[in-house]
Amino acid sequence: MSINPDLQGRSYPAAEVYDVGREKIREFAQAVKATNPAHFDVEAAKALGHKDLVAPPTFAIIVAQRADAQLVQDPDAGIDFSRVVHADQRFTHHRAIVAGDRLVAELHVDGVRAMGGGAMITTRSEISTVEGEKVATTTSSILVRGEGQ
Amino acid sequence: MSPTFEELTVGQEIDSRSIDVTRQDLVKYAGASGDFNPIHWNEAFATSVELPGVIAHGMFTMGAAVQLVSDWAGDPAAVVDYQTRFTKPVLVTDTTGTSEAGAVIDVTATVGALDAEARTARIDLTVMAAGQKVLMKSQAIVKVASAN
Repeated sequence: MSINPDLQGRSYPAAEVYDVGREKIREFAQAVKATNPAHFDVEAAKALGHKDLVAPPTFAIIVAQRADAQLVQDPDAGIDFSRVVHADQRFTHHRAIVAGDRLVAELHVDGVRAMGGGAMITTRSEISTVEGEKVATTTSSILVRGEGQ
Repeated sequence: MSPTFEELTVGQEIDSRSIDVTRQDLVKYAGASGDFNPIHWNEAFATSVELPGVIAHGMFTMGAAVQLVSDWAGDPAAVVDYQTRFTKPVLVTDTTGTSEAGAVIDVTATVGALDAEARTARIDLTVMAAGQKVLMKSQAIVKVASAN
């Protein structure tokens, strides 16, 4: 199996809505060993000026990886998930994600580069609310290892 | 107390922390994030794809490493940008049933750059496990209030 070089420039439209829940923020915060009260206590979050519980800085990965799944699972892409290594990741927050947000992500394939027998694929998710307010931009590169890599 | 912009200098260390990691932590992160790749919880699968054993999710390490920045800033929403490269896997040994950690991640945060116009600080993270840098170019941009 090899990576389809025509992937570059492709985009996948926003699919299902991701509803940000308080318990999910608490669960994710515990999973990354966060202890800041703004993730757990609504009053503490409000004291900082937020509408509701604030998500940790990497929470958007949940939404971004759901968007990435559209590409990884696209039979036309030729990606063998068992050979995928995460190479880099970036989050740019246009505003904080808070409980109650209803988010969608549009996925763009910004780069495909051959690396040995494999390929480096760079994707970008533009995350916004269903109303169209920009919330976060995430970029990620994955290395799909070729045979023997 | 939250930091103020005026008291920061480039090169200043703001905090450091050691994070104990167990196999159970990886199972929790898998559930919380939805990333169920078996290289993060199944030894036989991990070794079958030429890994030395079960490794932590890169995103677990990235997510845990930034917590001292969130705590230092006071408000996690002050972290407006955060990036990293994943250079080495964090091998997590099976210590189930003991109180031992399966891996220890050491994080040191220093002020890498200051932008007086935007009132932001770039916080550079040094993230080590088993004597190796596991993240590179790990940088958080943090909004910092002025003294008055």
